[in-house]
Amino acid sequence: MGHESTELVPLVVTHAAYLWLIPLFPLIGATVNALLGWKLQALFGEPKSMKGGRGKQLVHFIAVGAMMASFAVAAYSFFQLRALPAEERFLQQTLWNMFTAGRLTVDLAFSLDQLSMMMVLIITGIGTLIHVFSIGYMAEEPAYWRFFSYLNFFVFAMLLLVMGDNFAVMFFGWEGVGLASYLLIAFWYTDPEKAAAGMKAFVVNRFGDFGFIVGLMLLFWGLGGAWEARPGTLRNLDYVPSVELNTTAGASTAAAAAALAPRVDGVKIGPTMNFRELRDQVVIEATGVKEHLATTTVWGVSLLTLIGMLLFVGAMGKSAQLPLYVWLPDAMAGPTPVSALIHAATMVTAGVYMVARLNFLFVLSPSAMGWVALIGALTAIFAATIGFFQYDIKKVLAYSTVSQLGFMFIGVGTGAYWAGVYHLLTHAFFKATLFLGSGSVILGCHHEQDMRKMGGLKRHMPITRWTYLIATVAIAGFPLANGFYSKDEILWKAFTSHHLALFGQPTPWLGPVIFVIGLIAATGTSFYMYRSYYMTFTGEYRGGEGHGHEHNEDPHSAVAAHTPASSARVHASNGAVHAHGTGHAAHTLEDAGEHAHAGHGAHAALAGVHAAPAAPAVHAGGHGHHGGTPHESPWQITLVLALLAAGSVATLFLGIPTAWSHLPPVLEHWLEPVLLAKVEFSQPAHWLEFLFQGLGVLAATVGFVAARAIYKDNRNEAALQAMIERWKGVWTVVYNKYYVDELYEWAVVRNSERLARVFSWFDGKILDALVNAAGAVTRGFANLDGAIDTYVVDGAVNGLASVISWAGGSLRLLQTGRIQTYLYGALGGALVVVLVNFLIS
Amino acid sequence: MQISLSHFLIVGALLFCFGLVTVTTRRNAVGVLMGVELILNGANVNFAAFNHYVVGGVSGQVFALFVIVLAAAEAAVGLAIVLAVFQTFKTIDVRYADLMRE
Amino acid sequence: MSFFTDGNVLSWATFFPLIGAVAIVLLMIGRAMLGLGKVLVDQASRWIALVTSFLSMVAAVAAWSMYDGTIPGVQLVAKAVWIRSFNVEYFVGADGLSISMILLSGIVSFIATIASMPWWSGAKAAEMAGMVDDGHDDPHHPKHFSVRMVPGYMAMLLLLQTGMMGTFAALDMFLFYVFWEVMLLPMYFLIGVWGGPRKEYAAIKFFLYTLAGSVLMLLAIIALYYNSLPAPLADGTMSSGHTFNIMEMARQAQAGVFAGAAPILGFAFTRIVFVGLFIGFAIKIPMFPFHTWLPDAHVEAPTPISVILAGVLLKMGIYGILRFNYAILPDATAWAANAMAVFGVINIVYAAFVCLAQKDLKKLIAYSSVSHMGFSLLGMASMTPQGISGAVLNLFTHGIISSMLFLLVGVIYDRAHHREIEKFGGLAAVLPEYTAMTGLAFFASMGLPGLAGFISEFMVFSGAFPVFTTYTIISATSVIITAAYYLWAIHRMFLGKLNQAYVGFPDLVWRERLTLYPLAAFTIVLGFYPQMILSAVNGSLHALIRNIRPL
Repeated sequence: MGHESTELVPLVVTHAAYLWLIPLFPLIGATVNALLGWKLQALFGEPKSMKGGRGKQLVHFIAVGAMMASFAVAAYSFFQLRALPAEERFLQQTLWNMFTAGRLTVDLAFSLDQLSMMMVLIITGIGTLIHVFSIGYMAEEPAYWRFFSYLNFFVFAMLLLVMGDNFAVMFFGWEGVGLASYLLIAFWYTDPEKAAAGMKAFVVNRFGDFGFIVGLMLLFWGLGGAWEARPGTLRNLDYVPSVELNTTAGASTAAAAAALAPRVDGVKIGPTMNFRELRDQVVIEATGVKEHLATTTVWGVSLLTLIGMLLFVGAMGKSAQLPLYVWLPDAMAGPTPVSALIHAATMVTAGVYMVARLNFLFVLSPSAMGWVALIGALTAIFAATIGFFQYDIKKVLAYSTVSQLGFMFIGVGTGAYWAGVYHLLTHAFFKATLFLGSGSVILGCHHEQDMRKMGGLKRHMPITRWTYLIATVAIAGFPLANGFYSKDEILWKAFTSHHLALFGQPTPWLGPVIFVIGLIAATGTSFYMYRSYYMTFTGEYRGGEGHGHEHNEDPHSAVAAHTPASSARVHASNGAVHAHGTGHAAHTLEDAGEHAHAGHGAHAALAGVHAAPAAPAVHAGGHGHHGGTPHESPWQITLVLALLAAGSVATLFLGIPTAWSHLPPVLEHWLEPVLLAKVEFSQPAHWLEFLFQGLGVLAATVGFVAARAIYKDNRNEAALQAMIERWKGVWTVVYNKYYVDELYEWAVVRNSERLARVFSWFDGKILDALVNAAGAVTRGFANLDGAIDTYVVDGAVNGLASVISWAGGSLRLLQTGRIQTYLYGALGGALVVVLVNFLIS
Repeated sequence: MQISLSHFLIVGALLFCFGLVTVTTRRNAVGVLMGVELILNGANVNFAAFNHYVVGGVSGQVFALFVIVLAAAEAAVGLAIVLAVFQTFKTIDVRYADLMRE
Repeated sequence: MSFFTDGNVLSWATFFPLIGAVAIVLLMIGRAMLGLGKVLVDQASRWIALVTSFLSMVAAVAAWSMYDGTIPGVQLVAKAVWIRSFNVEYFVGADGLSISMILLSGIVSFIATIASMPWWSGAKAAEMAGMVDDGHDDPHHPKHFSVRMVPGYMAMLLLLQTGMMGTFAALDMFLFYVFWEVMLLPMYFLIGVWGGPRKEYAAIKFFLYTLAGSVLMLLAIIALYYNSLPAPLADGTMSSGHTFNIMEMARQAQAGVFAGAAPILGFAFTRIVFVGLFIGFAIKIPMFPFHTWLPDAHVEAPTPISVILAGVLLKMGIYGILRFNYAILPDATAWAANAMAVFGVINIVYAAFVCLAQKDLKKLIAYSSVSHMGFSLLGMASMTPQGISGAVLNLFTHGIISSMLFLLVGVIYDRAHHREIEKFGGLAAVLPEYTAMTGLAFFASMGLPGLAGFISEFMVFSGAFPVFTTYTIISATSVIITAAYYLWAIHRMFLGKLNQAYVGFPDLVWRERLTLYPLAAFTIVLGFYPQMILSAVNGSLHALIRNIRPL
């Protein structure tokens, strides 16, 4: 692979001084709404109706205006890009040098090539639509400004991610979308579970980021040693970079670093964060970088494989692949437009984008590619099976997203980069439609998400129903809509690939195996999607009796219910509406229809606390029960649904297979200069390809027929229950998502907490105790010292005095005053003298 | 038997010893004074004997005479003290005259 | 700006606060002798502190703008002979390393001074915080530190500022040591008098711990002095016998003067001196296992003092190691690099786990400081350009971010009078602005790209990776743990159901905004344009490692 006939040349760069405007507009929108949005809403009134007050209009004009401006600039740049020769389509703008130290130099720079152009159009285009959708969907939300601010911020970060000219800017976006995702999942933060879901998303993603960072470091390091093969061991204190590279070691400005960087044939080589510089030095054989990377091994593993696998760990987190997918289903706690924009159309595809962007790197390592494809395939089938038995409509879509992302990774993993990217595009359309359709359903059913409590909605919500059906056709893989073309291309490429490897061992059988897995997953996809369609839209409406538990978890009411009305600004709202909360009896049907969502009003907004009127009826349960028939959503919602559904069909023309038209698909042709990794696939006869397309349709049909038989009009309820009873064990395991969350809880969370407690105990009870013990010992010494001073030194002085006194007292006894005693003394003395005299002589 | 210096010295030493024993053992102050006389006379014997046998001349005898005079004076003073002691303590037992120990 | 010249700007930055302190002492004397009113003296000393601290910051910023990063070597020099018989000079100046620290010190000091004011609070906030000075002090409800013994507090604060600024500016070892010790005493009193319930314990622990380090440092300085060669003094004469001039010592070290010195107790001279200096500085960093004074000191210290402690004082450990060990003892530094990296890794990971178990918000942040200083240790141990630049950038960014974090702890403590994370809950509903600022600071501290913390972390990783691969990978796990403990703290404090006890709490008041917003702006600007700092520090730092590991 990678040995193409035409010699590749360095990228030709066209500077475009307006690129920064694309992310700037959403940033401005986010900032304005974050700083002034609450003020606008406070000044210009609260919502009087579904449409919202003037304040909210200003807020969404700012947000949607920013998106439209951004989209307009993106469209302009698209035309500029298209006007360039195919090989030279590369717009670039450097704003400033962010940091330079030695060989590490990073600019704040944007670039647009065919791939990122496509992504930018998806993000700004579908993003704009979803912003419009949100106007209708979030109309009753008091923290309207906050929602739009977050949403704009997300788009800003996502644009950084795809437009970044280097890894650093990409990583800025990478983490920025993570932050936005966190904020939006936990948007209704007063519900601890929703807040926890946000936290989980961020932390799980951090596991991926860890791999991403390490992979990045490895890449950076690997490029640093490009001119001098060094032993495979990395950890050496005597690290001495080769002389040539060291000339830039002291460079403290970008210019100095650039001037000193070594070049081969004018191509800058050496460690870099810049995609273009990386691409140039890797794909141009004369630099020798490719050989160096291919031959270097680390810890006995090929460096390239390790880089690929670790970078993919990052993608696992962001794109919710096994085993890091667990956050995505929980992320459905966020408002539905968020699920559509972030957790279906854009952010979760960042991993796919990253792998496609680095295709020239991944293609050098069949092991890395095999790893990507295998994980993708496993995820595809794993998530699809979980999707079978979920009842929450958004959870079904969430697992479907995980599964579809798996398909994308099969695509980019097997080397069919364009097919993976195409599936990204088609998925963005149909999954956005599905999510927004489910949002419309949820809104229509008064915040009901359980499909068991829906049914028969096709009568009440015709537009929603038709758009949902179109998108279901697309995802199931019927040739009527775009999903078939991308999925089929992926599976076909998987089947014909024969170069994949795993851990350095060639595995030509892997491609067909992945194909089989993919086909089963596609059958499953068709099944659970039609299941959701039939459960939701056919049969009789089952939600008449008010609401299920989901509702009481709605956080909007929590604050208000606890707030003494006297201490807070009372939410200006229709008093009657606020009789909600005590429940079933409080509302007549007409009431409910009119004020379906008024309970949202009790949400805490910025500075003031919106309180429910201090009526005895105020109740912690909050949202109340609004019963009543479902209704079609407002025009902002249905319009967006229609546009997206149309897009789901229209984009099929981007991927008409070569076998049909004898032309390369439009998108493949467009992306060709970017996805320059040429992977060799076997070229079987056309009839085989047609056969496989037939297999794909067959799979979709099987799923469709099965779902229709069981779920249509809710008619086989009894049989279904019997089946569930029969397979109770399996059903329970799958229904509980294979207990993966519990496994993580047990293996990771508990152990981390335990370790934290141990370290904390060590810190407080051992280390600090040692310090205190040192203090205590010192004090002990001080006391001992004091004692010595008191009893020994001072004692010696006093002791001498008392000895003398005692001796005096004793000797006094000798002086009797009797003359004869003295004489004895004298005599004794004389005798002693004589004796001594005698002894001496 | 030739009378030699040793004989005189033995007599002198005996006198001295008797005197010493008297002084130390007698409780009567007058007895003590008598013991002192014995000691002095023992010394006088030695003076005379050394003068005769060793030095020659009369200086030893002169010294002895001085001692006798001094002893007389001492006895006079001593007896006066004994009288004073008797007046103070109503006894001349030396054991009770121990005011000097204070 | 012509008031400041190359020669005097650093001296002004250093001595403005001292002038203020002297003025406040005169006021106190005036109160005792002339009977000036308490209110007058309190207010006057506050204003004096604000003005002199502000002037000091202005001087520091002026020094920063006068400094030219493209010229290697020391700039803004002022020099005079001080004690001739010991060859001690008054020698201040700045290279890339110190100019960034001087800027940081100026900014953080002024912000801490603002945070010491009881003004600008809403009446309710003031009352909640115990800032209303009604004359009598109830031991059960102690008054806010900002209204207790104000002149003394302000004088101590200003003295502390002089000490910090001087430490960073001094280029004479003796002068450095003097300033270093000048910092200690006011810190002791500020914690011990105006601190929390266990203030005496914390103050004494801080003081003795740091002093123990200073003793080792002093011994090492004396050892270096007596092994140095004469060098020219400020007035052109040669010094008699030895020199205290750090720059001259570094020059002599390159000529091999210290490498050839006689061993002490059988150990190589440079190594034992290295260890002495290193432990002295490591206590200040604080490096595992010498870090236990820090949580106690932070928990008990009043808010502005925590800010200064985390924002500036901790930086002196790393600064000292770079200034002394790296410059003067290059051989021993290369010898110890591995150990430094190991300690760095332990700091990073160990402290992060300890954070996860903390219940006291301020303790959590204190331990996160320990964790973050580990990045600096790891980065500078790697001795690659990215690593060492990242290490110093980390000092600056951590100074900004941790100041913000401690200010934020102070905000909630002034209202709730406790810091138990578990006891909060749902605060986002009543304190949205506070929540936003805390979120910003937390995310900055956990290294979110686009905010200041990320770049330094990233540079440290990329610099250390080629040298200490395994260590770097282990430390990179901290990105997970850090996110976990910060998010968990956010979760417990701000999200979920609102705890009834906190209904009606006032949001940020103007004084708090005045301190927090500039720092927040700094955090964001540095997140996108760290080259602002790096362009000044790179040159000097790269010269430093070139000595140790000849390129």
